[in-house]
Amino acid sequence: MAVASSDVSAKSKGRRSRPKRPGGRRPLVALAFLLPALILLGALVVYPVVDTVAQSFQDQDTRQFIGLENYRRALDRDTTITALKNTLIWVILVPGLITGGGLIFAVLSERVRYGTAIKVILFMPMAISALSVGVIWRIMYEQDPSRGFVNAVIGAGVDTVKGEGAYPNATVSAEQDLAQNAQGVVSDQELNAGDTVTFGLVSITDEEVPADAEQAAAPEGNEGAITAVAWRDFKPGGGTAGEIEDGELGLPDVAIELLNSEGEVIETDTTGSDGSVTFEDPGGGPFTSRVAASNFDEGFQGFAWLAPALVTPSIIAAFIWGGIGFAVIVIAAGLAALPRDLLEAARTDGATEWQVFRMITVPLMAPILGVVFITMTINVLKIFDIVYVTAPGASINAASVVALDMWRTSFQGRQFGIGAAIAIFLFLMVIPIMVLNLRRFRRDEA
Amino acid sequence: MSSTAEGIAGPRVAAKSEPVTARLGRRLTRGPLNVFLILVGLFWLIPSFGLLISSFRAPADYAESGWWTVLSEPAALTMDGYKNLIGNESMMQGLMNTVKIAVPSSILVVVIAALAAYAFAWVGFRGRDALFLLVVALLVVPLQMALIPASRLFNVTGIFGTIWAVIAFHIAFGLPFAIFLLRNFFAGIPKDLLEAARIDGASEWQIFSRLVLPLGMPAIASLFIFQFLWTWNDLLVGLTFGGESSPLTVLIRQEMRQYGTNIDTIAPGAMLLMIVPLAVFFAFQRYFVQGLLAGAVK
Repeated sequence: MAVASSDVSAKSKGRRSRPKRPGGRRPLVALAFLLPALILLGALVVYPVVDTVAQSFQDQDTRQFIGLENYRRALDRDTTITALKNTLIWVILVPGLITGGGLIFAVLSERVRYGTAIKVILFMPMAISALSVGVIWRIMYEQDPSRGFVNAVIGAGVDTVKGEGAYPNATVSAEQDLAQNAQGVVSDQELNAGDTVTFGLVSITDEEVPADAEQAAAPEGNEGAITAVAWRDFKPGGGTAGEIEDGELGLPDVAIELLNSEGEVIETDTTGSDGSVTFEDPGGGPFTSRVAASNFDEGFQGFAWLAPALVTPSIIAAFIWGGIGFAVIVIAAGLAALPRDLLEAARTDGATEWQVFRMITVPLMAPILGVVFITMTINVLKIFDIVYVTAPGASINAASVVALDMWRTSFQGRQFGIGAAIAIFLFLMVIPIMVLNLRRFRRDEA
Repeated sequence: MSSTAEGIAGPRVAAKSEPVTARLGRRLTRGPLNVFLILVGLFWLIPSFGLLISSFRAPADYAESGWWTVLSEPAALTMDGYKNLIGNESMMQGLMNTVKIAVPSSILVVVIAALAAYAFAWVGFRGRDALFLLVVALLVVPLQMALIPASRLFNVTGIFGTIWAVIAFHIAFGLPFAIFLLRNFFAGIPKDLLEAARIDGASEWQIFSRLVLPLGMPAIASLFIFQFLWTWNDLLVGLTFGGESSPLTVLIRQEMRQYGTNIDTIAPGAMLLMIVPLAVFFAFQRYFVQGLLAGAVK
């Protein structure tokens, strides 16, 4: 069961003592009632669990005892190691985030009139299959900011702050002594006062050229100044590369940098409507110059959320989106049962809301928070489908978790011995919770 | 929403008369709270909305622009994806399989668990407590622990690749939680009621079917809904044992191998898969929440 199976102390109204057995012992009656359940549990749960334990120590074909060989082979595989690491990340992050987030959302939505609506909205994804959640987030996580909503929102922020270059796709035209690199378009030509330099660029669409662009003109040397021209080295019909010709427009708004002999930028200016810029009085040279990289900035290209580097945090976010409703509902029900008088009394005594939350709400809610935390821990250990669905083929190894690795090893790789060993890893991880459940159950029943 | 939301609604804090200044002060501090909660609400709504719109778009449009661009030019929406989906025989067979798996396994889990829970709660037999402890222990056993031997067993019995394999496995792994939940609920039925029935000469079966089952109806309803959503949404069990009788989830997952070109099947398929659980959720929200709390809260 995906939900709520962890707390074994659920009790029904009123009953505190163990039910007596009216009529004494009647094993045959009991057997009749229990039989279907015992057959199914025996054949499809208990026997398979025992058999998986056995298989993990056996050769897959001969079923001879081979000791820990399957475990050794499993731990020799990169996919299993990655899966174990990822499961560890999931277990460390997710139960805490969901429990903490659930507490915050539950407490806050109690304070507004539309709190119920918020709770329903948060809860709704719980009814949806992991498959649909996976599809939903595949759509949200598309990398291209014009297609993926997450990147579109981030891009809107980033591009407002940083801005996009005016000519993101421009390149250097032929026949020029220019190099295009991370610094921009760099000229090696040594410049002294009175010199000129030209930058011919191509791969600029008509839309990218501002409407106020004018015919470019070959620069004339100015006494004591350095003049640079950036122009679109293209006209209908072609023309000669590297030469400023009739019909070729100057490129306005191009940032041009002037560098001293140390390679430091000493001045930056942007071109006018004819594509020219003049650095007046630069002082003693020699200088070099370049078209700044910012002109070619392509703007925000989007994070690759589902690429191997980010895929696990991305799927974790999708899982929290789908699973936090459980925490919100269970915690909200707990909050509803808190003694109102106590909270009111504290407020009357001058406690701030934060103090009430920290000193009263959280301690009183601790048992329920614990239940949510443990339930989420089990669910996270068993996590399979959302990873299998959300991770694209290229990232599935990087995103893999133990439950998924077990399935892929066994049913895609047909390596049942190793698969059984991986299943045992999973089993070992749930055993502490099983023990906790059993102890709590015995305590509550006693 | 008020009628369906009662399960989730918390207690209403009685409105008290308070000084205007206090109310004003509170309203001012509520500004950030409202902004935060509305952002949270949007964050939880927008992704599903994105799928809904995407399911009405052509693959070429999907490759070209984000779904939100539709808001400015709604003419680009198309029903083609849904038409193709309904015309796609294997997808429709998958939907049928999903129904054929989810309905019987939910009913059978409830029936079989109710029988067992009655024995655990009200029939004396040696080893009862030990056996119930085993059920409690099985609550957290991962499915993965049983997949390999179970598939071998299904092969031997010849039901591998039929819905019966999927149903049987769903029931078996649904039983521990179901027995646990129902046993606790049945044990809360007043003892006097059962004693009286016994004195009147009712058989165990009569007590079970005429007394315990009707009284246990709230828990049974919760359990049924849980099991139904669980089996309807399942991917893992169907993928492992379904073979030719795979449920819709498995077929959609297969389409995802060519994600970009098949988006016009995947998105409507994912929507189709969501409709039934969402309808169940809104119709029976109260039972859903009760079941959740019965399992989770002291």
